[in-house]
Amino acid sequence: MTVAEVVIGLIVNPIAGIGGAAGLAGSDGQGVQHDAALRGGRSHAADRAVEVLRAIRVHLESGAALLLVAPGDMGAATARAAGVPHQVLDLTVGEPTSAADTRSCAAALAETAVDLLLFAGGDGTATDVAAGCGETVTALGIPSGVKMYSGCFATDARAAACVADRVASGRATATTLAEVVDLDEAALRGGRVAPRLTAALRVPVSPVVQPRKAPSAANAAGEVAALAAAAAHLVSDGVPTALGPGGTTAAVSRALGLEPTLLGVDIVCDGEIRASGVSEPELYDWAERGPLRIVVSVIGGQGFVLGRGNQQVSPRVIRACGPANIVILAAESKLIALGGRPLLVDTGDAALDEELSGYRRVLTGPRQWTICRIGQSFSTQVDHHDRRSA
Amino acid sequence: MSRLPVAPKPPLRRFHQARWDEPIVFELSTPGSRGVGVTGPDPAIGEPNVTLPPVLARATPPALPELSQPQVLRHYVRLSQENLGADFNIDVGQGTCTMKYSPKINEVAIRDARLIDAHPAQDVADAQGTLEIIYRLERMLAEISGMDAVSVQPAAGSAAIWANVSMIRGYHAARGEADQRTEIITTAFSHPSNAACAKTAGFTVITLQPDANGYPDIEALKVAVSDRTAALLITNPEDTGIYNPRIREFVEIVHAAGGLACYDQANANGILGITRAREAGFDLSHFNLHKTFSTPHACGGPAAGASCVSAALEPFLPGPVVVRDADGTFRLDADRPLSIGKVSPFYGVIPNIVRAYTWIMTMGAEGLREVAEVAALNNNYLAARILAVPGASMGYPATPDRVEQVRYTWQQLADETGVTTEQIGWRIADFGTHYWTSHHPFVIPEPFTLEPTESYSRAELDEYARIVAEVAREAREDPETVRTAPHRQTVHQAGDEDLDDPDRWAVTWRAYRRKYFGEGVTP
Repeated sequence: MTVAEVVIGLIVNPIAGIGGAAGLAGSDGQGVQHDAALRGGRSHAADRAVEVLRAIRVHLESGAALLLVAPGDMGAATARAAGVPHQVLDLTVGEPTSAADTRSCAAALAETAVDLLLFAGGDGTATDVAAGCGETVTALGIPSGVKMYSGCFATDARAAACVADRVASGRATATTLAEVVDLDEAALRGGRVAPRLTAALRVPVSPVVQPRKAPSAANAAGEVAALAAAAAHLVSDGVPTALGPGGTTAAVSRALGLEPTLLGVDIVCDGEIRASGVSEPELYDWAERGPLRIVVSVIGGQGFVLGRGNQQVSPRVIRACGPANIVILAAESKLIALGGRPLLVDTGDAALDEELSGYRRVLTGPRQWTICRIGQSFSTQVDHHDRRSA
Repeated sequence: MSRLPVAPKPPLRRFHQARWDEPIVFELSTPGSRGVGVTGPDPAIGEPNVTLPPVLARATPPALPELSQPQVLRHYVRLSQENLGADFNIDVGQGTCTMKYSPKINEVAIRDARLIDAHPAQDVADAQGTLEIIYRLERMLAEISGMDAVSVQPAAGSAAIWANVSMIRGYHAARGEADQRTEIITTAFSHPSNAACAKTAGFTVITLQPDANGYPDIEALKVAVSDRTAALLITNPEDTGIYNPRIREFVEIVHAAGGLACYDQANANGILGITRAREAGFDLSHFNLHKTFSTPHACGGPAAGASCVSAALEPFLPGPVVVRDADGTFRLDADRPLSIGKVSPFYGVIPNIVRAYTWIMTMGAEGLREVAEVAALNNNYLAARILAVPGASMGYPATPDRVEQVRYTWQQLADETGVTTEQIGWRIADFGTHYWTSHHPFVIPEPFTLEPTESYSRAELDEYARIVAEVAREAREDPETVRTAPHRQTVHQAGDEDLDDPDRWAVTWRAYRRKYFGEGVTP
């Protein structure tokens, strides 16, 4: 028997997405799951995972790759449905399964040092996987939840299959840290959208390799590095600068030789961190004293620049600092992935949102800006989408 | 057994590419083999090692492959059979490249001894004909663009953009505004060489996104312009095939801010004789002679470009320029203090200048307009055939107004089958023709860009459309065949990761030997 060179892990959240068709905007909480089932909700997570497993069947059958799955409905059933060889983690999971099961399975797969941890679910699943496996394991979401705002999902099941095939056939894949974002679904159902940055996951770079006319070294990591260098240059002018949360702004700190506070706001000036992990009142103090520049980045796929994960940058902070002193960063690929939708702000202050909307420059790289439209809310997106489809 | 009458051909060509499994020419080398017995130098010249400056003398001979003439011939003919050259495929699949017929008669013109035997440093009295062709071609391109003066010195389309950006920089410098006007505005669907040349010249690049109708967003332009604006570099029609009817307004907004407007008309194939840079108010424009004016693409050059400018920009043209004296003789004028100087060695790519001149002369003014009309007609005919293929659509925006090319999308087919545009391209090669997606990044999902030009017959466009329809059918009924294509090509799927890694890419044999085998590396 040959020893498998590559180990692929799989976790399926069997209730992921169940609240989608049921119109519940999510699937968190057993009460919601019960309601969703009553309304005819059904999870597609297992189906999508089967599609991915079938795409790597040849590597599993040849023994070149080993598939290690979570027990029962969280993986083993899916592997059986796909008809592929697999081994099952020596764990027991609850009935019904829970978020804690996802975390313990992810931790067990991390301990086994899997080369790629595939998980089928949504943002909640991603959050639990990240809590279980940390930032060292390379993971990739097979999008199956109601909301996939996080940056750790393939664009669809077939893109996930493409990456899995690449890893299973032993080809090296560069990785990068992606933001995991989750919504407070109870608040959402109450009419309030309140996503928060929950974790970071290590994911493969450029999930689907595209053909080219002219060769280009611009993979996502290179693009962010170039953008970070440009932003680092921009903020090296002696003006105190608040660097908001996110992977892009963290890269700016590192380009300055500084270690950022993950998920927090740091004040940098003259190559030093003046204050780290500042609270809203602290940030307001800095803005009041002035001058202060605030650097924020775009949440990939979502387009939010203010009001998501960076609530420290509150309306009074923005007013004190002056909207003109807010610099927005985004890799060009992130802007294009928005598919023509505008950037979004939701500071909680409608008048300020109005003031911030319109056209603005977004830094995309060294000596490189794109003029972007900023809208105020999801309604702008829906409106834009309708116009595009018409 | 009788084999006649000849069996009818099936609707889809049963193509198979040659597969020679040919080694690299260096691997074919046999020490001592010779193709030509080179004679020694003329005794009148003297001993070369003595007469040449030491800096030009090699210490060791170059590591050239050693082969006989027939070996060299076989090698290169085999390689030529292993590609999909413009002369034998229905080359409508490489949109934005304007793959039109390069008339073979023009190759006869450039083999004239008065051209091929001329030395670039020859006395201009001996090169009056060549200078006259340059002069006359520049005057014709001035008429076609409506601009006042033209230089055909740039050796490629992007070199013409570079010349234009250099002139923009020179113009603002001459007015004392070089330090102030540091920004160049372009659009997401303009050719990427515009942004690249602007950046190379030191400008900051501001990109405008398309609006909901697919046009560059004019509201974004109003926000983008300021007293820092040096110029707008804009392609029209853009690579989507969409003509921006408000182009004059764009120019006026930039002019009002004190910037220049520069028109990328590399591909003017849909507008020849119909609209000109002059009428839209532009200060500069450029053509690619290998797109609109039929000179061969030649696998990445040498090409030729033409920079066209208004009278205000004429002093900045690359030099020396060809001028005609009152007595009808031609000479080179290098006494131009504001000129940006040379943008290519000597006077440009003379063979392509002659080919383009010959092409324009054979077409005539009416012929040029007919080119644009037939190119637009062919494009719209092919579009009707392609849009009848389930899963293909016009992309963004969905309105059907396209000039000479269309950037389509396979979004629906990809959603339904999981087959991507890249995979479709692999499979189309199995039918003996090209297919291209889009520049990067992909703004339109699962894109493909077709541009039929005026060179293809209705029957040929029908054949191409049948191939596209067949591959789309396979994507639904037999996706594995498409995903694992090509099956009838010289090579199958080639990984491109090495092209992104400086430690692994190798564009010369010497670099390959060094990077992979450590040869020639001094510790």
